[in-house]
Amino acid sequence: MRPEDRSLILDTCVRAVFHTILLLSLYLLLSGHNQPGGGFVGGLVAGAAFVLRYVAGGADEVHRMAPFRPQLLLGSGVVLAALTGVGSWLAGGELLEHGKIDLHLPVLGDVHASSTLAFDIGVFLVVAGLVLTLLESLGDVAETEEQAAAEREAGAGTGAAP
Amino acid sequence: MPHAPPRCRATPTGGYHVAALRPGRPGARGPLHPLEALLLVLVSLHAAAAVVALALGPRLGRRVLLVCGLAPLATSIWAAAQAPGVLDGAAVTQRASWVPALGVEATFRLDGFALLMVALVSGIGTLIFAYAAAYFSDQPHLGRFAATLVAFAGSMLGLVLADNILLLFVFWELTSITSYLLIGFEDTKGPARAAALQAMLITGGGGLALLGGLVLLGQAAGTFELSEILAATPGGTAVEVALVLVLLGAFTKSAQAPFHSWLPGAMAAPTPVSAYLHSATMVKAGVYLIARMAPGFAETGLWRPLVLTVGAATMLVGGYRALRQRDLKLLLAYGTVSQLGFMVVLLGAGRPDTTFAGAALLLAHGAFKAALFMVVGVIDHQAHTRDLRELSGLGRRLRGLAVLSVVAGASMAGLPPLFGFIAKEAAFEGLLHLELGTGGTLVIAAVVAGSALTFAYTARFLWGAFATKPAATGEGLTGPAVPRPAWTFVTPAALLAALTAVTGLLPAPLNPLVGQAGVALDPTLDPPNLYLWHGLNTALLLSAVTMAVGTTLFLLRDRIERWQAGAPGLPSAEGGYNASVAGVMRLATRVTAVVQNGSLPTYLTVIILTILILPGVPLAARASLPEGLVWWDRPLQAGVAVLVVVAALATAVARRRFAAVLFLGAVGYGVAVLFVVQGAPDLALTQFLVETLAVVLFVFVLRSLPERFHHVRWLPVDASRVAVSAAVGVFVAGFALLAAAARTEPSVSAAYLEQSLPEAGGRNVVNVILVDFRALDTLGEITVLAVAAVGIVSLVGIRRRRGQAGTGTPSAVHPGHEGEREEATR
Repeated sequence: MRPEDRSLILDTCVRAVFHTILLLSLYLLLSGHNQPGGGFVGGLVAGAAFVLRYVAGGADEVHRMAPFRPQLLLGSGVVLAALTGVGSWLAGGELLEHGKIDLHLPVLGDVHASSTLAFDIGVFLVVAGLVLTLLESLGDVAETEEQAAAEREAGAGTGAAP
Repeated sequence: MPHAPPRCRATPTGGYHVAALRPGRPGARGPLHPLEALLLVLVSLHAAAAVVALALGPRLGRRVLLVCGLAPLATSIWAAAQAPGVLDGAAVTQRASWVPALGVEATFRLDGFALLMVALVSGIGTLIFAYAAAYFSDQPHLGRFAATLVAFAGSMLGLVLADNILLLFVFWELTSITSYLLIGFEDTKGPARAAALQAMLITGGGGLALLGGLVLLGQAAGTFELSEILAATPGGTAVEVALVLVLLGAFTKSAQAPFHSWLPGAMAAPTPVSAYLHSATMVKAGVYLIARMAPGFAETGLWRPLVLTVGAATMLVGGYRALRQRDLKLLLAYGTVSQLGFMVVLLGAGRPDTTFAGAALLLAHGAFKAALFMVVGVIDHQAHTRDLRELSGLGRRLRGLAVLSVVAGASMAGLPPLFGFIAKEAAFEGLLHLELGTGGTLVIAAVVAGSALTFAYTARFLWGAFATKPAATGEGLTGPAVPRPAWTFVTPAALLAALTAVTGLLPAPLNPLVGQAGVALDPTLDPPNLYLWHGLNTALLLSAVTMAVGTTLFLLRDRIERWQAGAPGLPSAEGGYNASVAGVMRLATRVTAVVQNGSLPTYLTVIILTILILPGVPLAARASLPEGLVWWDRPLQAGVAVLVVVAALATAVARRRFAAVLFLGAVGYGVAVLFVVQGAPDLALTQFLVETLAVVLFVFVLRSLPERFHHVRWLPVDASRVAVSAAVGVFVAGFALLAAAARTEPSVSAAYLEQSLPEAGGRNVVNVILVDFRALDTLGEITVLAVAAVGIVSLVGIRRRRGQAGTGTPSAVHPGHEGEREEATR
């Protein structure tokens, strides 16, 4: 997106809420086992945060915020989820059987850690990675086409001028 | 935790007990000596050698072939050590649990006939590896070649040792696959690839028939152990059909007419492969299976007429075609087709005498044909041609090679005092006792004619390879120009030729091997002895006739060749293969043109109409609104529903695409509100987010599409689309209502709610279901998501490349929604 096309107000507002939305997505991920949320919803929220960045600044902006190939998220998510399943199987349980530990941490107090969290993180990564992939592939195409159209128009305009 | 394999497992049909069959098997001895339990290990050894060859191939050069040769060598030594026991009639059996849930065990069994086959597979295999090490110069991909060849050796070993017919089938297909890879080893050459594909299609197609036949047979017999099926042969129509299917598989594998066209094509492979797979071993897999089953099933259904007709016809066709070949390798290939037909006749007839003769011929053919192929490889390697019109004077130059070729060739032609003669005499002897009336006489006539042809093409081979031909074409080769081969190159062939000569003069040591092989196939056989001199009898007379006719055919070779070239000719199997492949391609093109015509509205209409007709019509037939239907829990729901309906109608009538997308989003949000009212926060949250993202993604696509929908003119086609859409809407609504009311079992949700906290430690039951109770589903879903994303990336990539070429179309971006939409329906 060309700098002159960007909206200052939108840009600033998005910058203000972007990190908060990401935090919210992490909260939804972590608290999902007991309250509404979970990896799927969390991933969607994280994806929505990047959609906002996209609307404000285009595909380049998204790429600056997530400077890696989104397929990396997809792959690692599936692998992580699969590994948690296989791990429990290798440890002697059923495939995808989950274990839990109750921890007493000094600052945080009682924490129930469950291996389902690792699985949910995998889901989170896949969903967020999917949204990023869509933004990168489809958004990029749409932008290129728009620019090409704009250039054609501009070209036609100057051509017609005496 | 995987539970222990059940010891007994009943099948739906027979209710047999695998474990119950263990004790008291015929020919089984007590507990296995540790050294005997090596069958599985030896087969695995080949696989290990293949992996080693792949890993070390580049570093070892040609020596990789010698390393791989250790696997068949070890097998040969082990088999020789087991021979005394096996030849006393005690089979070695080893079982391993394979698919315990289905009661399928991997059973390996070494009996007399398997021992003979192991002698061919591993004995000749060892020589082939030594030969190949001299045949190839150091070249890249030799590791891959060695790995495939040793993998083949292991598959073939497994095939002849397998007692379970499903296990046999797996090895059978493995030999087809490795053969495919070996024929196409020179993968930069088009003809080699085409020949490999042809072999794969024909043997693979036969393999499918074989699978069907074996399953039918196993079901009818109530067991999949070959030895048990043969101990109590089942009957009935199913078995008769099964046998025809099995024979079809065996015929394609053993290159029987009219499926023989792939074997001459397979000569595109390097010569060690031809010598090993396409003469000594793999093509004998079909013969092997026929031999195993014939004693039990020869009287059943079409078996005997089919086997005798096809075998005899193949013997004649192969010999006839061999007579006009100018490429020495092709000549031998057609000769192999002919000999395979001979073996099918002998081993398929299912009579003790012919079975015995067939076992002898199997052994003799393996030795002389492998030797002759090796000779062709040496000639090709040294003289750089296999065309018998160009070769001249090699007999004087390569005297040793010529001598061993004459010995092996004489054995093939059935001349005394070689082993081939003994085998052929035994065959004539057996066939004379067939007692099948006119049919039997015809078979004998065909076999005598085929043997005469064999004699003639053998003479043609030896003359073509070694004679000094004054009439050789001008630029033809002269013997003295050909460099002498290294001794390591000739030794394997010389060993085989020597073997065929020694066993011809002194056949007694082979009596137990061939005799026990025959007994293993047919317990009623009282093994006769192999004799060089049977006395003056009909068989000897037939041999004399064979030689006389064969000599005449050879002397008239030029006239026959001209006549064959001018004759209208039989319909060729090659032509049949080409025509059927072209036919399948044409059919595929037509079918694709109809079902994949490129119109999205057509696809959608087909899908929707299918839904409407298949589940929709029965639903409408008994449609009545469920009793106790509650229209709404709270008035708010009715209000939201009205909004949703209005938004949906607005979506349908909107002229601008952008407006339609927004209305569609409103529908989604309305549904999300309904979820909230219903008390499903997780679902509502997901729905809101998915709708938001969907709208954004729609906007991406809208940028590539025209601003407005095309104008609806209410033509019949438009009206029909509206009708179909309305009908599917009514169907989905009705289906949801009726399905919700159709519950017959208690809902699982109560159990989930109950177990969520104590079992999974989570209070959010939706999440617990996703990540714990139904985690496998979720794993599948995220995998689908990832695959869909990869699909989008590649489609967009294609589009981008096309766009650069200036032919971009906006259609490629659609799949993005399918991924999202699919998720939205969760």
